[in-house]
Amino acid sequence: MAEKRLDEATNTETVGHEWDGIEELNTPLPRWWLWTFYATIVFAIGYCVAYPAWPMISGATEGVLGWSSRGQLQNELDAQQAARARTVAALADMPIEQLPDHPELMRAAIAGGSAAFKVNCVQCHGAGAAGSKGYPNLNDDDWLWGGDLKTIETTLIHGVRQPGDDQTRQSMMPNFGADGLLTPEQVGQIADYVLTLSGKARASASSQQGAQIFADNCAVCHGAAGKGSRQFGAPNLSDAIWLDGGRREDIVAQVTRPHHGVMPAWGNRLDPVTIKMLAAYVHSLGGGEDFAETPAPPDTQPTEAE
Amino acid sequence: MVTVLARAGVWLVVLFLAVIAAALAADGGFAIHMAIVALAAFVCLWFTLRNTDYAAVSRGIFRMPVDEGRYDDDPIRWGVIATVFWGMAGFAAGLFIALQLTWPVLNFEPFLNFGRLRPLHTSAVIFAFGGNALIATSFYVVQRTCRARLAFPGLARFVFWGYQLFIVLAATGYLLGITESKEYAEPEWYVDWWLTIVWVAYLAVFVGTIIKRSEPHIYVANWFYLAFIITVAMLHVVNNLDMPVSLLGSKSYPLFAGVQGALVQWWYGHNAVGFFLTAGFLAMMYYFVPKQAERPVYSYRLSIIHFWSLIFLYIWAGPHHLHYTALPDWAQTLGMVFSVMLWMPSWGGMINGLMTLNGAWDKVRTDPIIRMMVMALAFYGMSTFEGPMMSVKSVNSLSHYTDWTIGHVHSGALGWNGMITFACVYYLVPRLWGRERLYSLRMVNWHFWLATIGIVFYAASMWVAGITQGLMWREYGPDGYLVNSFADTVAALHPMFIMRAFGGLLYLAGAVVMVVNVWATILGKLRREAPMRDAAYDPVADRPILAPAE
Repeated sequence: MAEKRLDEATNTETVGHEWDGIEELNTPLPRWWLWTFYATIVFAIGYCVAYPAWPMISGATEGVLGWSSRGQLQNELDAQQAARARTVAALADMPIEQLPDHPELMRAAIAGGSAAFKVNCVQCHGAGAAGSKGYPNLNDDDWLWGGDLKTIETTLIHGVRQPGDDQTRQSMMPNFGADGLLTPEQVGQIADYVLTLSGKARASASSQQGAQIFADNCAVCHGAAGKGSRQFGAPNLSDAIWLDGGRREDIVAQVTRPHHGVMPAWGNRLDPVTIKMLAAYVHSLGGGEDFAETPAPPDTQPTEAE
Repeated sequence: MVTVLARAGVWLVVLFLAVIAAALAADGGFAIHMAIVALAAFVCLWFTLRNTDYAAVSRGIFRMPVDEGRYDDDPIRWGVIATVFWGMAGFAAGLFIALQLTWPVLNFEPFLNFGRLRPLHTSAVIFAFGGNALIATSFYVVQRTCRARLAFPGLARFVFWGYQLFIVLAATGYLLGITESKEYAEPEWYVDWWLTIVWVAYLAVFVGTIIKRSEPHIYVANWFYLAFIITVAMLHVVNNLDMPVSLLGSKSYPLFAGVQGALVQWWYGHNAVGFFLTAGFLAMMYYFVPKQAERPVYSYRLSIIHFWSLIFLYIWAGPHHLHYTALPDWAQTLGMVFSVMLWMPSWGGMINGLMTLNGAWDKVRTDPIIRMMVMALAFYGMSTFEGPMMSVKSVNSLSHYTDWTIGHVHSGALGWNGMITFACVYYLVPRLWGRERLYSLRMVNWHFWLATIGIVFYAASMWVAGITQGLMWREYGPDGYLVNSFADTVAALHPMFIMRAFGGLLYLAGAVVMVVNVWATILGKLRREAPMRDAAYDPVADRPILAPAE
C-alpha cells in the first residue's frame, strides 16, 4: 500500500491505494457531472408524477396529465378520421359509377386507395402493382374480369375463387393433362398452337394438330381465336401478357394442371369506402376502362382478357 | 495415476452418454451437437490417456515462454488468441450479412441465409470476441491487482475450453436452424445449461482469486468484473427458464409467454448490453488505460459513485426496448426514466478514463494504443448519450424499428467494445509472450485509422438510413393517407446499405492488420520502423506477492 502523495502533473492528492502500479487521485466529483445527474433524477421524478408510473396492486398510477398510450393512439386516429370525414361521407353515399364526375373526390379516393393498397395488396401484386407470375399486373389494360370502376369494385368485394362467397369470381379450367382428358402429346400440340396465336412460334405440323384439339376443347371458353372471355374469366391467349408464364413449358404445365390463384373477398375485411378507394386507385393505374352498359359478346371483345 | 484414470473415466462416461444421445436424438441438429460433444470428450480422453503435458503442447504450438511459477498466464494467452480468432469470424460474418441486406441474392438457402447468419454474427462478436476478451483480461487483471496467482488453475482451463465449446455449439446450432428465437439468447436449453456450468466455474475462479489476494483493497476493475459475472449469471438463468420437449431433442418452450416473455427478454437483452458490454469493458478500461498512460486514475470518488449508480440504475432500463407495445404504460415510463438517469453514471466511466490522461495528453499524439483507448472512450461517451436520448418516448417513436438502432449499437460495439479490446490485445501480447515490444506500433496506427473511418461510415450511414426510414414510415399525404409502402423505404435505403458494408469492410481490414501484427509478435519478430511511444514494462514487478502485504 502506497502513501498518500501529491501528484505533480495535476496538483491533486492521491488516495493512498496502489495496485500493480496504479494509483488513484482523490479528485472530487465534477460539479457539472453531479448537477446534471441530479437534474436527470428530478426530471425522472417529475415525469413519474406526470405520466403513468407507479405500479399498485391492481393497476398503476395514471399520472396527473391523464396520458395513456392507447389514449394517444385513439386521439391520433380520431384526428385523422375527422380530417377525412367529409371525403369519406361523400364517398359512402355516392355510387361508384358517379365518381368520375367529381374530380376532387376522385383524387382523394385515389390517394386513399394508394395507401390502402400499400397495406393490403402489395404482398401479392407488388409495390408498383406490377404483379408477378401467378399474380396479375394491374398497370396494363389486360383484364380477366373487366376494368371499369364498378367491375373492379365487384372483384374487390367478392374476391377471386374465395370459398364461401357465392358471388366470387369463379373460373375453373379442367386438368386436361393430369386428369387424362388429353394425352401429353396432345397437350404439347396445344402448346405449340397457342404459341402461334401471339406470334411467338411459327405454324408447324404439331401446331396444326393442336389447332383442332384447341377448337374442340379450349375455344368454348377462350374463344375460337383465343382472345379469351370475361364472362368465364378466361385469359386472352393472343397477346404478350401471360399470367402464369409464356414459355412452352409454362403453357404445357398450365394445360396439364392449371394454376388457380385466389384473391380474398375484401368485402369481409375492409369497409365499403376503402374498397371504393382501392377500385379508384387500381382504375387509375393506367388500364382503367370506361363503363360498358352491357358486356359485349366475348369473342368480339376488342380489349383483351388475361 | 489414479487421478489420470479417474479423469479418463469421467471423459469416457461423457463420451458414451454423448454417443447414445446422438444415436437416440429426436432431430438431426441435436444429433450433430451431441456428436460435437462426443468429439470434444474424445479429444479430452485422448489427451488424458496420453498423459500429455498440456502446457508443453500449448507452448509448442504457440511458442509461449515457460511459466516461471509466476502469474498463471496460460489461459490468458489462449484467451487472447481466441479473442482475435473469433473477432475475425464475427467481423467477417457481419460484413457478409451487410452485403446480404444490400444484395439479397447473396442469401444461400437454408444454411447461409440472413436469418441464420445474423445471430451467428451477433453471438460471434458479443459472446465469442467480447466474451473471450472479458475472460482473458479478467484473469490477467485480477491476478495483477490482487498480486496473487489464479485460484483453481484447472478450473480456469475448464472455463476457457468450456466456453469455446459453448461458442461452437451455439454457432453450429444457428446454421442448423436451432434457435430459441430470443435476441442474444438464441442457444437452446442444453447449450444454456452448459454455459451455466461454465459460468459458475468462472465465478469460482474469479472470486477465489480475489479471496486469496495479497492487497488490502479490491481494485475498481474487479468490482466491475464481479458485477458483470454475477449479473450475467442471473440474467442468463432467468431468461432461459424453459422446458425441453425431450431430453434427446433440441426444442424447448419458455416459461414466460406473451408480454411477460418480451419483458424478461428485454430485461435480459438490455442488461447484456449493460453488464456484458458496459460493466465488463469498463473493468478492462480501469486497468489498461492507467497502465498504458502510466497515470493515476482520475477520481477514486467518481469511480465509487458511478459504479454503484450504474449498477443500480442499469437493471431497470430494459422496458425502453418495448415502448409503444403491449407492455403497460407504467413499465414503459420506468424504463425510460431509469435510462435517462443512467446518462451521468455511464459518463462517469468516460470521465474517469479520459481524465486519467491529465498530465499525459501528449501521449495521444505519440502512442497509438493510447489513441485507440481515447477513441474507444469517446465512442463510449457518444453511445451512452445516444442511448438515453433514444429511450425518450418521443424520440423512440421515430427511431424504434429503424436502422438508427443498428447505428447506435454499432457505434458502441465497434467504437467502444472493439477499440478498447484491440488496445488491450496490443497491450497484452508483448507482455504475455515476453517480447520486447509489438512487431509494429505503426501497424497499430493503421488499424486505428481503418477502424475509425470504418465506424464513421457505419454510424453515419445508419443514422441517415434510420431517420429516413422513420420519417418515411410516418409520412402522410395532403389527403391524410400514408405515402410510402415498406418496400419504398427499403429501396430508399439501398445507397446507405452500400456505405454501411463499405464501413464494415474497412473495419475488417483493420482487424486483418491486427492479426498480422499479433501473429508476428508471437513469433518474436520486430519490424524495423521509426519508433513510437509505448508504455514501459517491468517484468520484475509483474509477479505475485507470496506473503500477504499486511
